[in-house]
Amino acid sequence: MHDALTRAGRALRLASLIVLALLFLIPFYLLVRNGLATERDITAPGWTLFPHTLQWSNLTEVFRDPNLPLGRALLNSTLIAVSTTLGTVLLASLAGYGLARIPFRRANVVFYAILGTLMVPAAVTFVPSFVLVSSLGWISTLRGLVIPTLFSAFACFVFRQYFLGFPKELEDAARVDGLGYWRTYWRIVVPNARPVFAAVGTIVFIGAWNAFLWPLVIGQDQEAWTVQVALSTFTTAQNLNLHELFVAAGVSIVPLVVVFLLLQRYIVAGVERSGIDD
Amino acid sequence: MTAGGTEEAVTDVPAPRAAAAPGAEPRSFGARLLGPQRRNLWFWLFVGPFAIGLGLFTYVPLAWSVYLSFFDAHNTVSPAGSDFVGLGNYGAMLGDAAFLGSLGTFVLFTAFIVPATYVLSLALALMVNRLRFARAFFRSVFFLPTACSYVVAAVIWKLSIFNGVRFGLANTVLGWFGTDQTAWLSTTDPPWYWLVIVTVRLWLQAGFYMILFLAGLQRISPQLYEAAAVDGARPGWQVLRHITLPQLRATSVAVVLLLVINAFQAFDEFYNLLSDARGYPPYARPPLVYLYYTALGRDQNLGLGSAGAVILALIIAVATVVQARWFGLGRKEE
Repeated sequence: MHDALTRAGRALRLASLIVLALLFLIPFYLLVRNGLATERDITAPGWTLFPHTLQWSNLTEVFRDPNLPLGRALLNSTLIAVSTTLGTVLLASLAGYGLARIPFRRANVVFYAILGTLMVPAAVTFVPSFVLVSSLGWISTLRGLVIPTLFSAFACFVFRQYFLGFPKELEDAARVDGLGYWRTYWRIVVPNARPVFAAVGTIVFIGAWNAFLWPLVIGQDQEAWTVQVALSTFTTAQNLNLHELFVAAGVSIVPLVVVFLLLQRYIVAGVERSGIDD
Repeated sequence: MTAGGTEEAVTDVPAPRAAAAPGAEPRSFGARLLGPQRRNLWFWLFVGPFAIGLGLFTYVPLAWSVYLSFFDAHNTVSPAGSDFVGLGNYGAMLGDAAFLGSLGTFVLFTAFIVPATYVLSLALALMVNRLRFARAFFRSVFFLPTACSYVVAAVIWKLSIFNGVRFGLANTVLGWFGTDQTAWLSTTDPPWYWLVIVTVRLWLQAGFYMILFLAGLQRISPQLYEAAAVDGARPGWQVLRHITLPQLRATSVAVVLLLVINAFQAFDEFYNLLSDARGYPPYARPPLVYLYYTALGRDQNLGLGSAGAVILALIIAVATVVQARWFGLGRKEE
C-alpha cells in the first residue's frame, strides 16, 4: 500500500516535470518555428507545428536588411561582451586578492566602500552615469559602453570570498621561493583558481551580452547598437517583418546557448555563489 | 627588503621583523607610506585600479547627480548658478502622480512576481532534487532560459505567444475552446498585460532561483530526514514544513531579497513589451521606465531625472539596510 503510494507520487512528480519542461521549451520552439517560416505561414490562421517548408534562406536574408544591422550589432555585442568579461575578471580578481591577502590597515574601509555600492544598483543610477559618460564625450563609443560597467562589486566580493578560503600553504611555499605578491598571484593563485574565474567570467559574459538599458542609453547611433538594441528597435519598426525578427532573435541567442551548454557547471557554481551571503 | 615575505603568516614573528611593528622605531614618511614590506604599495597596486574605477563610475555620478538634482537642468549637465531651484525638483517629483504611480506599479509587480517565482522555483528544485535519473537534463531545461535576454523573450511573448491577433499562440489555443481574441498588451480592463509581464520574467528567472534552492537542499543533512522518519513524520507535507522549509531559511531570505531588488530595477521587459512606434502607454510604468522617459525622453530633464534617481537610490539603500537588519537579527537567534 505504502509502496504503491510512493510509486504513484513518483509518477505524478515525473509527469509534472515533463509538462513543465515542455512549457519551458515552448519559447525556443517558437523561435525556430517562426524564424524558419515565411511571413504567410506565421500569420496563417490555425496552428501548424512547423511550417510546410522550412525557409532556411531567412538565415542569410536577415543579414541583408539595412533596417536591422544584424552583422554589425553581433560584432558590437561580441566586442563588448568579451572586453567586459576580460576587464571585469582582471580588475575584480586583483582587488579581491588584495583585499583577502595583503594586510593593510584600512582594508576594511576600502572593502565596505566597495560593498556599499551593491546597495545602490547600477540600474538605478543610470541617469547620473549617463550624465558622466556624456560629459566625457563617450556616447555611442565602445569606451562608453564598456568602461563604466567594468567595476563589479559583486565580482570583487565573490573573488575575495574565494581567496579567503584559498589554501595558504601554496602561497607560503611561493614566498619561501622568493616570489612577491605579484608573481605569487600570477604563477600560483590564478592557475589554481580556474573554477572561480570560469564561474565569474561566464556570468559576466551572459550579463554583458544580454544587457539592455545601458547599451540603449549609451549606444545611440546605429553603428553602436548591440544586438539587443537592434532587436528592440526593429520590434517597434513600422512595417514589422516577423520571420526576420524571429530569425534574428534566434541567431542572437546562439552564442549564449553554446557558452551555456559548454560551461554550465561553472555557471551553476557562480549562481550558487551569488545568492548566498555568508 | 624583498617585496612580500613569509612574515604575514599569523604565527610568531621572527626578530628582524619586529622592527616593522608600528612605533618600534621612527621611520621616514615615505617608508611609512609604503608600509612594512611595501605592503601598502602592493595593496594599492592590486586594489587601486578597481577602487578608483568604482569610485569614478559610481560615487562620482551619484555625487554629480545629487548636485544636478538641485538645478533646473534641461539638456545640460553643467547648469548655470541662476538655474538653482533648491529642493524644487524633489518637490515636483514627490508631487508627481506619475512618479508615485510608478512606485505603485513596482509594489503591484512585486506582489505578483515574488510569490510566483518563489513557489515555482522552490517546487522545481524539490522535484528535480528527488529525481533518480535525467536530473541534469531537467535542471538544464529549467535553467536554459537564464541564457536568454529580456529583449528576445519579450519578442517571443509580444509577437508570438501573446500576440493580440488571431495567429498568436494564446489566442489560437483559446480559439479552440471558442473564446474570443484578446489584445493581451493593450487591454487595461481587465489588465491582461500583467499576465504577459509576469510570465516573461517568471520564465527567465525561475531556473536561476531553482539553482539556489537546489544548492540549499544539498546542504541539508540527510540525518535530519532519517530522524524525522523515525519520529513518524509522514513524507511529503509534514517533512517539507517541519524539516525542509526551516532548513532553507537562509536561502529563502537571499532569494526574496534578490527577487525584490531585481523587481525594483525592472526595465527591459516593460520597455520591450509595451512601447511601440507611438511611444509608451500611460499605464504599467515602473520607476526605471518613468525615469528613462523623464531624463532621456524629449525633455531631457536631467535635474528632475537626477532627483528621481536620488530618491530611488535612497529607497533601495534604506530597504536593503532594513531588510539586512531584520533578517540578520532573525538569523542570529537560530
